[in-house]
Amino acid sequence: MSDLPIPTAQKSISERRDSQVMLSRVANSLYWMSRYIERSENVARLLDVNLQLMLDFADLNDQQLKEHWLPILCSAGDEETFFKLYDRADSESVTEFLTFREENPNSIISCLFSARENARQVRDQISLEMFETLNECYLFLKSKNAREVWQSGAHEFFEQIKKYSHLFQGLTGSTFTRNEGYEFINLGKFLERADKTTRILDIKYHILLPSVADVGGAVDAAQWQAILRSASALEAYRRFHVEDILPKKVAEFLIFSTTFPRSIRACMQHLDDDLHRLSGKDRREYRSAEERAFGKLLSDLNFLTIDEILNSGLHEFLQGVQTTLDRLDDHIYQEYMYHPPVDIQAEILLHQQQMQQQQ
Amino acid sequence: MLIENYKTEDFFDEMFGEDGGVRPHYSKIAERLQVLDRAEHKRKQTAVDLAFMRSGVTFTVYNDNQGTERIFPFDLVPRVIPDSEWQRIEKGLIQRITALNLFLHDIYHEQKILKDRVIPPHYILGAKHFRREFMGFNVPKDIYVHICGTDLIRDRQGNYLVLEDNLRCPSGASYMLENRAALKRAFPDLYRSARVHPVDNYAAELRKVLQYVSPPSLGTAQPNVVLMTPGVFNSAYFEHAFLARQMGIPIVEGRDLVVRDARVYMRTTSGLVPVDVIYRRIDDDFLDPTVFRPDSLLGVPGLVHAYRSGNVSLANSIGTGVADDKVVYYFVPKIIRYYLGEDPILPNVDTYLASEPKDRVHILDNLDKLVVKSANEAGGYGMLMGPWASKDEIEAFREQIIANPRNFIAQNPISLSRHPTWCNAEEGGAFEGRHVDLRPYILFGEKTTVTPGGLTRVALRKGSLVVNSSQGGGSKDTWVLYGDS
Repeated sequence: MSDLPIPTAQKSISERRDSQVMLSRVANSLYWMSRYIERSENVARLLDVNLQLMLDFADLNDQQLKEHWLPILCSAGDEETFFKLYDRADSESVTEFLTFREENPNSIISCLFSARENARQVRDQISLEMFETLNECYLFLKSKNAREVWQSGAHEFFEQIKKYSHLFQGLTGSTFTRNEGYEFINLGKFLERADKTTRILDIKYHILLPSVADVGGAVDAAQWQAILRSASALEAYRRFHVEDILPKKVAEFLIFSTTFPRSIRACMQHLDDDLHRLSGKDRREYRSAEERAFGKLLSDLNFLTIDEILNSGLHEFLQGVQTTLDRLDDHIYQEYMYHPPVDIQAEILLHQQQMQQQQ
Repeated sequence: MLIENYKTEDFFDEMFGEDGGVRPHYSKIAERLQVLDRAEHKRKQTAVDLAFMRSGVTFTVYNDNQGTERIFPFDLVPRVIPDSEWQRIEKGLIQRITALNLFLHDIYHEQKILKDRVIPPHYILGAKHFRREFMGFNVPKDIYVHICGTDLIRDRQGNYLVLEDNLRCPSGASYMLENRAALKRAFPDLYRSARVHPVDNYAAELRKVLQYVSPPSLGTAQPNVVLMTPGVFNSAYFEHAFLARQMGIPIVEGRDLVVRDARVYMRTTSGLVPVDVIYRRIDDDFLDPTVFRPDSLLGVPGLVHAYRSGNVSLANSIGTGVADDKVVYYFVPKIIRYYLGEDPILPNVDTYLASEPKDRVHILDNLDKLVVKSANEAGGYGMLMGPWASKDEIEAFREQIIANPRNFIAQNPISLSRHPTWCNAEEGGAFEGRHVDLRPYILFGEKTTVTPGGLTRVALRKGSLVVNSSQGGGSKDTWVLYGDS
């Protein structure tokens, strides 16, 4: 070979000859398709629950409204972008921003458009049913009908969004081949879900901490109930703890439950399974600093108690989880999806010189 | 009773004979149309359109920054071809592609046809798509054109004529398959009773062809076959994804591939994986910036080197465009006689070459009566429809022809057969005659197969002869019957 700097495209050259190879670009698209759908569902639920919650608190002033909506905004979107578009944070502005604004990359509409665009890139990989569901959702959002449904009742609109997500995830389970692609879809889904659960919990921690007088009162209970509903967890919680909704128990449930599929621990357990299935390594083996940090956190969840977490700070703990998940996301990208960009000019030169040697 | 007031006027009509009677192979359809009313037609049309929209059988129009997705208009009444007629078409198409493959092999090797003065050498050696750098290069199994989509039209008497060969990257096969699926849903009983040849195994046949031409160095190992697309913004992207899915092969873009030591690899989650056969849906010019257009961002540097080294096969092969040149088209009947010693079964449209002095005089004197075409354009572009053109358009073409005669041919306008087509849906709708052509798909591998049917394109604008989807064309399902009625 010539001594030009050749970008090493990948660490290994494989001689695989089966149709189950997966392009890195495809893996990336499947992963983000799945993340975006999960994200849209979570934003829809969060908004739905909080709009309903606000019905119980009709006479809030601007400041109180802001105090309610700002943490939600922070958990699901970008505060800076928001204030470029709106003067005040109230039910209408925040909901619109998180639902319809394409300027907000995390709005429901942006998420679902991105999900669909990713699906289009890998149309040949996903089942027709999966694509049709996403495409129908896209056509619904593009149509006037979407605004009409929205205006006649936000609840119906969010229901519809959640249904698309449920349908898509159900179809993934029932029509998608269990190959590597399935692992990437799952990684996207569970990583997003775990992250969103931390953010939902963090909302309450953030500002919703009521004045001392409210603790244990009706307001407090309603708000904690809203937290559970935001994570689709109210009924599961009630079945598990046949008792009042206690803040500590809610936090414990959403962090530690091994049976409820949206708890941080349950999501991380799924992530752990999928990571090992992908790498083909033994369960106890983790192959990078990011994977090890993740594995350590998962095992912490097996031994920590809620009291220990509360004593050292719930907010700090949740932030730690988010950081670990962010780094895991980065690891997945580096490990499976990233190929260093090819320097086209160097490539051209290399191949021209190689050819000249032959003529 | 929607077909009662239908007028064939002075055209060859696919469904009705000169005497106004229904042709025998349309009898089942005529019966069905007798009992079809507006409401039912509308219901079926809406269902079909919606299904296309839902499953994303669309192309994108970029008239705003978002891009609007549209479906290709689909007409519910199928075009029908009786068995005996089809057999002749099939023979003619196989004859033509066989001769063209022999021709391509010859001009990239001994050039006997030029030495024997059957074609003046300058037409070939000076052709825009002649790749002299591939002289003497052997392609696997000597097949140059693996996939061909020939455009056929019918003249006033109903004779089938070849209009274009399309030997580079013909598109539309996915619409042939989707149209059939849609029509089977819309008229299941009619479809069953008409006894129609299925088209479903196109993708399977295509995959076999691609596997058949895998590089000899691979031996008996299973080749890794991929479909290479320009990307998601290409108007035919739907088709690329559709065919890849049907064949169960990966769809790749240039950026997914890399060449190392004259071998092509794709960048996968488990490292670099070799690629042996590429069904490429991008033109020669964009394949490899090292060799062809240096500004191509769609291609893969080094791809041509790998191809020349025999480590990867391309379908279609590089350099087939020369046989697509409309000047070379003029010579195809001679090519058939030269290589096969047979008379062409499917004739050409009478063609004049602007570079031949005698023809040129005729063309320039009759610009208002002729159809003038650029030698290397496709998709209905670069064309002058003399009888319908303005003075300015005619004069503009006159200048171009005089400046560069090699680049132009002219043909007598063919009025194209017409077919009952649902028109003016906004005002309730009625069947009117619209001009149609036919694009069958030919696959050349271990054996040559012509999928029975193809894509019937229809010019939806009243009086228009331009069937291209980019210019107001729609399509129909195409039925080849097991019998003649």
